[in-house]
Amino acid sequence: MKRNSLALTLSATALYLFLYAPIAVVIVYSFNAARFGATWTGFTTKWYSTLLHNSLALHAAENTLWLGVFSTVISTVLGTLLGFGMSRYEFPGKEVFGKLLYVPVFVPDIVLAVSLLLFYSIIRSWLGLLELGLTTMILAHVTFQIPFVAIVVRARLVGLDPSLEEAARDLGANEWQAFRHVILPLILPGVMAGGMLAFTLSLDDFVVSFFTSGPGSTTLPILIYSSVKRGITPDINALSTLIILASVLATIVVAILQRIKTSTRNHIK
Amino acid sequence: MPVQSESLTSQTTPPIETAIEARGLVRQFGTVKALDNVSVTIRKGEFFSLLGPSGCGKTTLLRIIAGLDMPDAGTLIISGTDAEEIPAHKRPVNTVFQSYALFPHMSVWENVAFGLRMKKVPAAQITERVERSMALVQISELKARRPGQLSGGQKQRVALARALVNEPAVLLLDEPLGALDLKLRKQLQVELHHLQRRLGITFIYVTHDQEEALVMSDRIAVMNAGKIEQLDNAEEIYERPNTRFVAQFLGSCNLIEGAVTSVNGKNFSIRSTLGSLRVVLPPATPDTAIARARLKIDGKVTVAIRPEKIRLAKKDELAFENCFAAKIDDLVYSGAETQYRLRAGEHILSSVALNAKAGDTHFAIGKNVLCYLPESSLVLLDD
Repeated sequence: MKRNSLALTLSATALYLFLYAPIAVVIVYSFNAARFGATWTGFTTKWYSTLLHNSLALHAAENTLWLGVFSTVISTVLGTLLGFGMSRYEFPGKEVFGKLLYVPVFVPDIVLAVSLLLFYSIIRSWLGLLELGLTTMILAHVTFQIPFVAIVVRARLVGLDPSLEEAARDLGANEWQAFRHVILPLILPGVMAGGMLAFTLSLDDFVVSFFTSGPGSTTLPILIYSSVKRGITPDINALSTLIILASVLATIVVAILQRIKTSTRNHIK
Repeated sequence: MPVQSESLTSQTTPPIETAIEARGLVRQFGTVKALDNVSVTIRKGEFFSLLGPSGCGKTTLLRIIAGLDMPDAGTLIISGTDAEEIPAHKRPVNTVFQSYALFPHMSVWENVAFGLRMKKVPAAQITERVERSMALVQISELKARRPGQLSGGQKQRVALARALVNEPAVLLLDEPLGALDLKLRKQLQVELHHLQRRLGITFIYVTHDQEEALVMSDRIAVMNAGKIEQLDNAEEIYERPNTRFVAQFLGSCNLIEGAVTSVNGKNFSIRSTLGSLRVVLPPATPDTAIARARLKIDGKVTVAIRPEKIRLAKKDELAFENCFAAKIDDLVYSGAETQYRLRAGEHILSSVALNAKAGDTHFAIGKNVLCYLPESSLVLLDD
């Protein structure tokens, strides 16, 4: 028994180190006073203040935020409607379409990115629309976010008693009122969790953003990538640390929303 | 809840106004015919029950009346208007769902107010009507609670108040007492019955519980395999079942098959494995037409008799017509009554005797007795 628990502790420690050591290193080195290299020369927070005066980084942060907010709002609305439609209506090919929903989740980002770039350039040459920039990036992000939102929302809807909607209609609510006053409030935790998931995906995305970005629409992941090509600087570490912090916060919010989901489930059934 | 007073219009051709009229309703799910050409007229202000086993189509009929499902064929008329074009949310009917379907994110008060809010009733009226409706089913003190904090019986009352607040022309109830324990169920049966009498609203009540239907209903439609087998008041349905299914679904029934030997103006005789039986003729109504058509010499017929109609006597008592020798095979004594299993030739009959007199002793197992099947208690069946 003892041997077993020792092996378990060791392997767990190794696994956690494997997962989190690189992240920890970035966080630690964001406080390293040395300008170059991996030697520790003392604690400082000056890289965070340089970051605040780095107009490129601030602009990229602003782009990232707008991209995240816009794409999340759009994909949450569309994904929720999709999830609702998928669980509520019967239509030919529903089974196949339900499976197809997972394709964007499994397709490698690079393939999706190349496809989107090609697609946008075709549209541009035909219609003269869609110059590469923040707009194309928002569209691209919405494309990969929708399935995630729809899948989360649909899972929530599956647990919902269908007679609740029927009761609403029976009591005089039209379809929109039934959705607005009964369905939506009950699936809201799922919608919010889907939205937060979409937001983190947008925040972290590099590949799709890189391919669909245009001049002036650099986001933080793209900025980091291009800076790193010129060597890792401590302010990049600081920037990465801030992004990690944002992702962790978003994950915590999702977890809390998921908990609301489980605690209200018994009311729903 | 105010009962909407009806002006006595001279226009009404039938003496009783019709709440719901269904003509030739068909609803098919895959290969299963949930409703197979169902026609029925439900009168205004009556307590109407749809009784049958699960899968007989009773809930489908209710859902079609509510507008939650659409028939594949046939016509539905609600309060004189063809309902095909009326969507669920505009029909003058409300439903009490089997699962109650209370909105879990709203308080009891908000649940009850929901229908009026959707119809944009002025706020002052909503308050007044909600309070009145909650008082009617005695849940006023629960108004701030959430459905998750209510017992089954309380949820039932909230569902009732939520439907009644809309003052529907017809209230549809889908096995509303199914999830409750026996004692509460009995209590609510009485309350529902009184409520319906007081409000005068047409109730359509779906149940698979025959006793519930007998206790509460003005009329009962017994359904089986998508068809209405018999429609009548409780007494007629119980005393004069038309079909084998109705006879056996409501209470228990002894069935005896035989061939007709003679028919005269008042009664007919059959030859069965039990012996020769004389049976009174069924009344000449449209409901008994199929059965009466079978009454030809040598025609195969089935007659039914309820266990409590069979009388038992000691073996040595005077024997007359419709009397047969039998042996007590088994018995169950339950205080007020005793149930017997009788063996008469190759027939097994069940009979129930009320232990009415003081010191009444029931017959012992293995005893030879006479059983008497009164001719007026024997009912001729369709099939």
